[in-house]
Amino acid sequence: MDGMHDLGGRQGFGKVGYAPKASPFHAAWEKRTYALRTMAGQLGIYNIDEYRHAVERMDPRHSVSASYYERVITAIATLLVEKGVTSKAELEAIAGGGFALSHPSAGGRTNAADRKAFQRGERVRVRNDFVPGHIRLPGYIRGKTGVVMYEGPLTPFPDAHAHGLEAVDEPTYDVQFRSEDLWPGGAESAVIHVAVFQSYLEAAPVVS
Amino acid sequence: MASQDTASQQAPNAAMEQRLAAVERVLEVRAHDKGLSADGTMHWQEENLLAENGAKVVARAWTDPAFRQRLLADGKAAIAEFEIGLPAIQRQVYVLENTPAVHNVIVCTLCSCTATTLIGPPPNWYEDLEYRARVVREARSVLQEMGCPVAPETEVRVWDTTADTRFMVLPMQPPEAIGWPEDKLASIVTRDSLIEVARLSAEGG
Repeated sequence: MDGMHDLGGRQGFGKVGYAPKASPFHAAWEKRTYALRTMAGQLGIYNIDEYRHAVERMDPRHSVSASYYERVITAIATLLVEKGVTSKAELEAIAGGGFALSHPSAGGRTNAADRKAFQRGERVRVRNDFVPGHIRLPGYIRGKTGVVMYEGPLTPFPDAHAHGLEAVDEPTYDVQFRSEDLWPGGAESAVIHVAVFQSYLEAAPVVS
Repeated sequence: MASQDTASQQAPNAAMEQRLAAVERVLEVRAHDKGLSADGTMHWQEENLLAENGAKVVARAWTDPAFRQRLLADGKAAIAEFEIGLPAIQRQVYVLENTPAVHNVIVCTLCSCTATTLIGPPPNWYEDLEYRARVVREARSVLQEMGCPVAPETEVRVWDTTADTRFMVLPMQPPEAIGWPEDKLASIVTRDSLIEVARLSAEGG
């Protein structure tokens, strides 16, 4: 989905709030949330792609105004309600107030039937796919051409895995893009490496 | 009518501590049955998710050329020579070598994936919208603002952590620290240098 989480290349932001040696946590509840997320994952109620998608499905206004760890708690709570572990009413009763959850999930999709293997050095184009469900494709590379640098490990296809569909393991490819190809005339000089699932790629058209 | 889930139509949210406590409560029985607890997990994280792990790997790479070669060829296999447990989700680790010609920097634009066993839990600025939005498109400005300017002739490589490969930068060894023993070298390697938004000095970052 083209959600608020897909931030790469968006403009209008100010300076990074950087401080050397900054603590990873603003408050004790954030540190506990970090632990709870790992513990909840170990309970096997949901998988990592379902979790990521639950973050993405937060209402955009809520998502942008929430801290990172508020997004974490919202996603876990959403999945616990969707999986029947609890209800929104029960969570709100225990919390003693509102508990905004994420929006319902749209449909997912299975691995691309026509996916193919690529070799190091091969030029590839990112398919121009628009999907309502989970996808690990940052919008800034959609339709763009890059070069395969490495073949990565076999991984369950996230677009299916986040939606309870059959997710076949497939390789991810490390694809190198040039910033001037991604944002012509609108980016500083750099090369950008993105780990791209096989189903998101096609051979680049031959340039004569 | 909009969905009843929209933030604008519901009771004001309970405080974060209360929402966290509610989630913890509904997981309590299941966690207990599996011998898990938030306290136990927090304790494990405090002892295992440490930038000191990445620092040890860097110090070894600076002092042992054969190890450096193995590390750059297959990060996960080389790191297995240490007692550092990489979780299954970190299916592959690329160690990215910074040189005078190449400056690598790490981000996760879609969420905040990090090689936590090598770098520790990510700092807030790494999770913030500003860093995630900007560093892929204007890395040089972002690095300059963060106090880590990159020379115009140096290539900037940005690594977006969009799948289950994790990244750690092998920073350049400060020239003053050449010849130091491995444990002393490890003490000057900072978390931020493993993401490579900060350069190292012999005094420590």
